[in-house]
Amino acid sequence: MNKRVMGFAAFGAAAALMLTACGGDGGEGGGGGGNGASFDQGSTEIVNPSDATGGTLRYAISSNMESTDPGNTYYGYVWNFSRYYARTLLTYAAAPGQAGTELVPDLAAEMPEVNDDGTEWTVKLQEGLKYEDGSEIVAEDVKYAIARSNFGDQALPNGPKYFQQLLDEDDYDGPYGGDDPLEGFDAIETPDDHTLVFHLKEPFADFLYVLAQPQTAPVPADADKGEQYQSRVVSSGPYKFEDDYTPGNGLVLVRNEEWDPDTDPIRTALPDRITVEEGVDQNEIDQRLVNGELDVDLAGTGLGPAMKGQLVGDEDARNNLDNPTTGAHFYVNINTKVEPLDNLACRQAVQYAVGREGIQRAYGGDLGGQIATQVLPPDIPGADPELDLYEAASGKPNADKAKEKLEECGHPDGFDVNIGVRSDRPAEVDAVEAIQQSLAEVGINAQVKGYPSDTYTNTQAGSPDFVAENKLGLTYYGWMADWPSGYGYMSSILDGDAIKEAGNSNISELDDPEINKLFDEVISVEDPEEQARIYAEIDRLVMENAAILPGVFQKSVIYRPDNLTNVFFNPSWHMYDYMTLGTTETE
Amino acid sequence: MTAPLDAPESAQHAEPEAIARGRRDTESRSLTQIAWRRLRQDRVALGGGAFVALLILVAVFAPLLTAWFGHPPNQFHQDLIDPATQGVLKDPDDPWSGIDPTGGMSAEHLLGLEPVNGRDLFSRIVYGARISLLVAFLSTLLCVVIGTVLGIVAGYLGGWVDTVISRAMDIFLAFPLLLFAIALAGVIPDDAFGLSDNALRIAVLVFIIGFFSWPYIGRIVRGQTLSLREREFVEAARSMGAGTGYILFREILPNLVAPILVYATLLIPTNILFEAALSFLGVGVNPPTPTWGGMLSESLAYYTVAPHFVIIPGLAIFVTVLAFNLFGDGLRDAFDPRSSD
Repeated sequence: MNKRVMGFAAFGAAAALMLTACGGDGGEGGGGGGNGASFDQGSTEIVNPSDATGGTLRYAISSNMESTDPGNTYYGYVWNFSRYYARTLLTYAAAPGQAGTELVPDLAAEMPEVNDDGTEWTVKLQEGLKYEDGSEIVAEDVKYAIARSNFGDQALPNGPKYFQQLLDEDDYDGPYGGDDPLEGFDAIETPDDHTLVFHLKEPFADFLYVLAQPQTAPVPADADKGEQYQSRVVSSGPYKFEDDYTPGNGLVLVRNEEWDPDTDPIRTALPDRITVEEGVDQNEIDQRLVNGELDVDLAGTGLGPAMKGQLVGDEDARNNLDNPTTGAHFYVNINTKVEPLDNLACRQAVQYAVGREGIQRAYGGDLGGQIATQVLPPDIPGADPELDLYEAASGKPNADKAKEKLEECGHPDGFDVNIGVRSDRPAEVDAVEAIQQSLAEVGINAQVKGYPSDTYTNTQAGSPDFVAENKLGLTYYGWMADWPSGYGYMSSILDGDAIKEAGNSNISELDDPEINKLFDEVISVEDPEEQARIYAEIDRLVMENAAILPGVFQKSVIYRPDNLTNVFFNPSWHMYDYMTLGTTETE
Repeated sequence: MTAPLDAPESAQHAEPEAIARGRRDTESRSLTQIAWRRLRQDRVALGGGAFVALLILVAVFAPLLTAWFGHPPNQFHQDLIDPATQGVLKDPDDPWSGIDPTGGMSAEHLLGLEPVNGRDLFSRIVYGARISLLVAFLSTLLCVVIGTVLGIVAGYLGGWVDTVISRAMDIFLAFPLLLFAIALAGVIPDDAFGLSDNALRIAVLVFIIGFFSWPYIGRIVRGQTLSLREREFVEAARSMGAGTGYILFREILPNLVAPILVYATLLIPTNILFEAALSFLGVGVNPPTPTWGGMLSESLAYYTVAPHFVIIPGLAIFVTVLAFNLFGDGLRDAFDPRSSD
């Protein structure tokens, strides 16, 4: 599973509301919250809209920040937060709901242009943009930033390496070697100070999403200190570091007067100061959020179990909660090679036999996850929530249909199968135990095999040889995407060409010619609606193949303090959009 | 934990001295008889021993016990659980009744229920005792066997043999055991050595724990052997032409039984904790088989809604380890004649 927490908006809002008769209707003024907001309102609309500036916006996080360096991070919260001081070529629109998954120009003057064969992308920068020291932001600084985070042995370790995989560049070994840091780096051209031309090895449909990564935030070469650059990132956004940052000591941002709001489509820059406290215990963060002594839990993953348990049962407190999806889909791979699951009817029998309610319970019922009936999470274009080939939406098993299918596949009394799971993840173990009981009802005897999560994705479930030797017909798994597109989400787990010897993510070893062909085709399709149609088609084919047993789309429970203004959940980040937040707290 | 380093040495002194003083009334008692007399007077140790015996009975008759109480260890009781908080409801008929702080303890479910799926905790604790004790006993047996053989050989032969074995002990003691365990669990397939599934997992646990704990016993046995080999009865045997094997296992080994027994008793609780640690790291037996360590590791995710789920397996481990330790301590005192009679 990809490390970064990203995903898609709050489709589950409606389901969550059914839990209680008094949770409000998702509209204005639903309940008894301090300012008239209602349960889960922030998932779909802006709560406490405001353009009042001033005050101090207070963040806290239970660990240290992964890094403050936009070039050295793979955590969604840093991608979201670093935009305060690091503008990227493109970014996501500041809007709730699916509108928030749309890409908009940030440093760029307009959306990039691509040549006919899809291998050459041209990006124009806005002119006159300045760093905090008043010097101008030029195209070469963006190129340098991409070089330091992607190329050579000393490339910054934390972030993904998409540019390195995609750019048509063979022999460039990073900026830290010779005298001229960009010597030999030809895959990105900078014909003038405001133009970047990217040359790709082959067409890549989702390249625009790659351009929205924080790695595209400009870094002046003479300010770069490798990993130490995080101590003072040269700001291109509305805020700059007040003092040098030392990991563990927290971060204070103050206004950057060189930033011009007219050039910026997404940042409201309401607070005067922004503070981040690091290493605060999760329970303390939650308590201080409730007390109004803190505005945002920076990690964006929601309340810890203690406070969550306390608040979800409290009718008044619920109005301060949002319950969006996290973008993670937890599902079971049904291997298409292991007997007897190489037989389609046997796979379908498993689909019918498993009641999804048992899986949902492991994540905390309706608040913890929404029952999935297809592969694509609900807010990725192409996701079709109506797609439910195995009548899974009810959450109940369908034993009669399962037995019919068992008959059809020649195992009327059931069969033996192994199911792999990460045994140090309690929720996953609980889910698998529920699946085991469901399967036993129709005579399918599933033997649970537990493995350490450290090695699971690489050596056990991630190795087709291991899966074959140990007859791991079923494997419990979870998946999140780096960006909200069907290709980004599905290609590694469903494309037959993506099957690998180790670290394999297409664990069901689905190698369907029709699906593979669609993946090849969609790369050169430009029309988003046509793309979405193809993703929906792939999803349907996968479900017809019964290669994935959808489980739940995970949801988090986030506390939204009354003092926070302009709050909404952005499905691209899977957390509140930090760039628009304001506070009534003036400290 | 301290080792009963010198118990039998002084025991060997005891009898000749007694003879020299002419206290013939004690002459007829063997070391074991003396020890047993002492042990009988040590109520704390006896209590520990009784608890251990009870535990073994519970483990052996686990199916009878759970059948009597009517809840198989893997049976779900989801109707008693609140899906949102995952804790046990105060009133199963009212989904808004809140979490029962006792975790659903009642006459029906003596120790309450697990969160999420609502399995009966009493049944799981009873069944968990089987795995925990089995792994602890077998692994202790393994390290006693390896440790005794290598320790006695090293101590008696000395020279380069001693050097090699002693350095091997140092290496084993310095080995990063938990990392090794995780790596091994990743390498060993699910069918190997003619075993499969949980039998194999248990064998691997026993192997890991036993194979890396033997130097503790080995060092003690070696130390004892070093002094024993200089004794008259060994020299006598040697002068009468006894072979090395005979001397090692017929002359020296019987004199080592007491410290080995004592130390093994003290090693068992360490190994119970070890099994818990390995289960905690995800390299234990497969779910849904209950083990104390596995339950403890799962419970931490739910400690706020089900504190009893943390406390009960923790308490089971704690009390068992304590009982073994008390019994082991008593045994050591009993075998050590220097302690007051």
